[in-house]
Amino acid sequence: MECNLKSGAGYDLLELSGEVDLQYSPQLREKILGSLRSGAPLLIDLGRVSYIDSSGIASLVEGFQAAKSAKLPYGLLNISSTALQVLTLTRLDKIFNLYTDAAHFEAQL
Amino acid sequence: MTSVAGTAASPAISIRNLFVDYFPRRILTDVNLDIPASQITVIMGQSGAGKTTLLRCMLGLKKPSSGSVHILGTDIVRASRRELNAVRKQMGVAFQGGALFSSMSVAENIQLALREHTSLDEKTIQIMTRIKLDMVNMLAAENLMPSELSGGMTKRAALARAIVMDPKLLFFDEPSAGLDPSTAAELDQLMITLKTTLRMTIIVVTHELDSIFKIADHIAVMANGRVIEFGTPQQIIASANPEIQGMLNRKPRENIVDTDAHLRRLVGG
Ligand SMILES: Nc1ncnc2c1ncn2[C@@H]1O[C@H](COP(=O)(O)OP(=O)(O)OP(=O)(O)O)[C@@H](O)[C@H]1O
Ligand SMILES: [Mg+2]
Repeated sequence: MECNLKSGAGYDLLELSGEVDLQYSPQLREKILGSLRSGAPLLIDLGRVSYIDSSGIASLVEGFQAAKSAKLPYGLLNISSTALQVLTLTRLDKIFNLYTDAAHFEAQL
Repeated sequence: MTSVAGTAASPAISIRNLFVDYFPRRILTDVNLDIPASQITVIMGQSGAGKTTLLRCMLGLKKPSSGSVHILGTDIVRASRRELNAVRKQMGVAFQGGALFSSMSVAENIQLALREHTSLDEKTIQIMTRIKLDMVNMLAAENLMPSELSGGMTKRAALARAIVMDPKLLFFDEPSAGLDPSTAAELDQLMITLKTTLRMTIIVVTHELDSIFKIADHIAVMANGRVIEFGTPQQIIASANPEIQGMLNRKPRENIVDTDAHLRRLVGG
């Protein structure tokens, strides 16, 4: 997994790529919670994620909960169809704010 | 050279010339089988045919007398303990009589492997557990003790435990035995979903014909310690083997055994 956090433009953009699994999800969790602690809205780009397991999903869910209690906008960008299937299986597709264009997230800020 | 049952494209499990004994009895004789990745393979056959024994070999729980069992590229018959453990982390198991620990709640049972094998944060472990409980429709039971569960709930909890680590390989021995038809159908659907969404390779031992033809991409038929046929459901249905036709049509066993031999077994001599 590669994990790249870009600040600026009024929000944090977290770009992920590769496989998000048991080995890397702790790192993902730290990045997400760290960004939210800084008080910035967070958009997570999953466009180049080839595989995400349930520990990765769990980190996204925990981030969502943390964003909600901090009243910060939190979105997932360019989720792949396989990752979306995993979310649907666990009925999380209805919970997350999903975007295919960062401009739509920016418009909500 | 023995012919190999299975498909060509890089199998998840590859078994060659496998002989297994519970001394002095030979249980498996020259089993050759390739189990395709990301598909559901059903192992069927009469009681005592050696299905559970074959699963135990794939899990590294029973050492064969000879032959090899390659799982995701590792020959687990010859693997070191460390290599075997690495392969085992990729495997989920819901076994015949694989009981939950009675002193732990449903959630604690499911979390066990995560606590043992990972250094994930407590919060991550909790959410993962709930995701898996939700998949098997058991979220409301997370704090119940095993003694408080029905048979179907116990099976679903065991399944949640088997998939908690997102295994690449999932093994089931008689998953729907003793379940009511609608719970059994739900379990079938869940296996199909796990295959398509999480790309799991699923190996199921079952006698339930309805279930077999709903879930199987491939079927291995066992009899007397051998794999006597391997193919798609269509191929198995079309098999000319009378023993297989007997299983499919649920003919009484007597119709397909050698009556003289049977008489000798009963009377002796
Ligand atoms: N631990 C053991 N010690 C000795 N013999 C065993 C042991 N386990 C199984 N066997 C023998 O191996 C043979 C195959 O048993 P196995 O459990 O693999 O059959 P099966 O196909 O799973 O049957 P079932 O459908 O009843 O579960 C049987 O004859 C059984 O008596
Ligand atoms: Mg058995």
